[in-house]
Amino acid sequence: MVDVARRYPLGGDAFAAPAAATRPRESMRRFLRRRSTIALLMCFPLIAIVVGLIIYPAFYSIYLSMLNKAQTRFIGLGNFEYLLRRDTFWMVVQQSAIFALTAVFFKALIGLVTAHLVNNLPSKGQRKWRGMLLVPWVIPLALSTLGWWWLFDPTHSAFNWLIKGFGGNDIPWLSNPYWARFSVILVNVWYGAPFFLIMYLAALKSVPEQLYEAAEIDGANAWQRFVHITLPMMRNIIAITVLFSLIVTFANFDIVQIMTAGGPRNMTHVFATYAFLLGIRSGDLPLGAAVSLFMFPILAISALFILRGVRKRGREIG
Amino acid sequence: MRRSGMSRRKLLETTAFAAGAVVAAPYIRHSYAAGKLTLGVWDHWVPGANNTLTKLCNEWGEKNKVEVNIDYITSQGDKDILTASAEAQAGAGHDIMSHRAWQIQVHRRVLEPLDEVVKNLIAKAGPISPVAEYLAKADGKWFGIPTSIGSQVKPCCSRLDLYKQHCGLDLTKIFPANPNRDPKLVDSWNWDLYLKTAEQLFKAGFPVGLPMGQTSDAVDSTGAMFRAFGSVMVDEKDNIKVDSNETRMALEYFKKLMPFNPPEVYAWDDAGNNRWLISGKGAGIMNPPSAWAVAKRDNLKVAEQCWTHDMPRGPAGRFVGQLPFFYGLWSFSRNKPAGKELLQFLSEKEQSRQLVEASVGYDLPSFKSYYDFDTWQKVEPPSGTVYNYPPRGDEQPSITGYPARPDVATQIYNQSIHTIMVAKVCQGNEPIDQVIKWAKGELEGLLRA
Repeated sequence: MVDVARRYPLGGDAFAAPAAATRPRESMRRFLRRRSTIALLMCFPLIAIVVGLIIYPAFYSIYLSMLNKAQTRFIGLGNFEYLLRRDTFWMVVQQSAIFALTAVFFKALIGLVTAHLVNNLPSKGQRKWRGMLLVPWVIPLALSTLGWWWLFDPTHSAFNWLIKGFGGNDIPWLSNPYWARFSVILVNVWYGAPFFLIMYLAALKSVPEQLYEAAEIDGANAWQRFVHITLPMMRNIIAITVLFSLIVTFANFDIVQIMTAGGPRNMTHVFATYAFLLGIRSGDLPLGAAVSLFMFPILAISALFILRGVRKRGREIG
Repeated sequence: MRRSGMSRRKLLETTAFAAGAVVAAPYIRHSYAAGKLTLGVWDHWVPGANNTLTKLCNEWGEKNKVEVNIDYITSQGDKDILTASAEAQAGAGHDIMSHRAWQIQVHRRVLEPLDEVVKNLIAKAGPISPVAEYLAKADGKWFGIPTSIGSQVKPCCSRLDLYKQHCGLDLTKIFPANPNRDPKLVDSWNWDLYLKTAEQLFKAGFPVGLPMGQTSDAVDSTGAMFRAFGSVMVDEKDNIKVDSNETRMALEYFKKLMPFNPPEVYAWDDAGNNRWLISGKGAGIMNPPSAWAVAKRDNLKVAEQCWTHDMPRGPAGRFVGQLPFFYGLWSFSRNKPAGKELLQFLSEKEQSRQLVEASVGYDLPSFKSYYDFDTWQKVEPPSGTVYNYPPRGDEQPSITGYPARPDVATQIYNQSIHTIMVAKVCQGNEPIDQVIKWAKGELEGLLRA
């Protein structure tokens, strides 16, 4: 009773904030008790990591890319102008495009085909197949790339041993520039296809079964059902996965660095490995930063177009 | 009834605060840093070689009451270079760091000058290798101490049995394990003879293997070969000299030689030629004794036939690719006096002797007065196998990129201009003039400030 009287004095508004609550300590307590505040504090470590390891290095790279080799003076876009005049750099641009576009195409294709195959399995057996097909994506990339490197090793290649066993000749997996390009793309496709598989499998499961039933009744064959139902329903997922994979594949470093280090004759260099060569090995960090930043406008423009399509389709459906 | 203890909300609040405090709180370094030294050292190829350095550092540390910690960092994947670059940018890390080849020049702005240490060493041990001086000195100051650990040259390492059987050549007679060389025989070992024997060995099914990728083994030996023909990329005054008869001569030579190598040489990393020799498939490589040392462990039959000897002579001389290693003391080190003392200690003759012994002769000091260590005579099999590893006679150490100024030569070296030229001509079948034009374009770019 006494507590009630104290909290709600006669003559006063029972729900008016008591004068004591306006003190800073009380308002701080209330601020801290709010869900949004607690959520922010819980996210703080992650925010710190994102700021420290992604946002700050990104801005620092932009700053670095505008310095001279000795990092003693500001030269604006000088490093970028220099790169645009280099044949080797244009070769790297071409190689990065070949690598990213080819790898993403095959990853998407293989992902789509295997998603359909897995989707058509009886649900009892699906889980184990999903698990097995995910293995390439789950193994740490540097480890699996080392394994592939041993398989392609110039002197002791297991693949060549098998080929020779069948009467064939050695294939120069890593020593011939064109075979080396094939090899790095192959490893990238092997690694990345499970991501597409799992995304497309989820998308397939969300396509209403009635659409297929109706199409069957109308006499549509499997290919027609695929082209006119499956693909349109999956278009947004395809666009988003392709965009995500393009960004990640353009920025790939591990596979090329471990397998070929950009050789032979610089013919497997991609942006990241070329940036490493110039920035770290040759000691020209500003130039290396400029190379790595070149990807940014390419990827930003691609993202703009792809996401615009996704939003447009979203509005049409909505 | 009032519940005692912490509520869920309170627990969440406290945890969130604690997590935030841990992340936001500054790292406070304790005051015992004055008694500590940390080293980032190259992880040796030769099994067990690191242990001697650890022992020496511990002994010195105990005597001088300094706690010494060593991290061994591999050069595979350039992890050592990456670590040094990160530390230089961050202004934090080890006190002393290994730097190979050009990396002293790359990081000289954040390295402590070490003139007094080098002066003391030269006073005791005599002149220092000119290559080491070229790589470690800038603006008249020494920014690195040449160390024996990892410092190497890349002379020929050949299979005695295969050369005898298929070429009729006894390499132990040309390069015996003693100072009594026949000048006529030594003179006969030139690039023409090397080409002739390479063809004979190729036809016999045991080719020589010259790496032609973009790693240091390839760049070091190819650069020395170009120099043997008198070819220079850029001179000390920034003049581009690649378009010369000497360069054409060198490329014509490679055009004849490379078909007698296995095709996979263009993809070899620094261990590729080692594996080639150890497998028993190869008749010769150009390498320090690491390949022999591992063959001793893994394939004794091959090790017993390995003989390290001089490079062939070219029109401009006999050159062997050198890759010196250095220790640098970061300018942000918190224990510079102790760092300088430790570096002085490790570079002295007795310590160098122990390190060379632990590396079974791989490590090559930068003081010629240290070449009298008996390791190179003692290690076997076969007896005298690495006697000719230190450059004796008319063999001169060479660093690829010389004589360009270091800022330019670093780029020539690290961007593998020499090996790419050879690969373009021999693997890509590009005309020599076109390749020289390409190289000229690349070199023009490298001259930018």
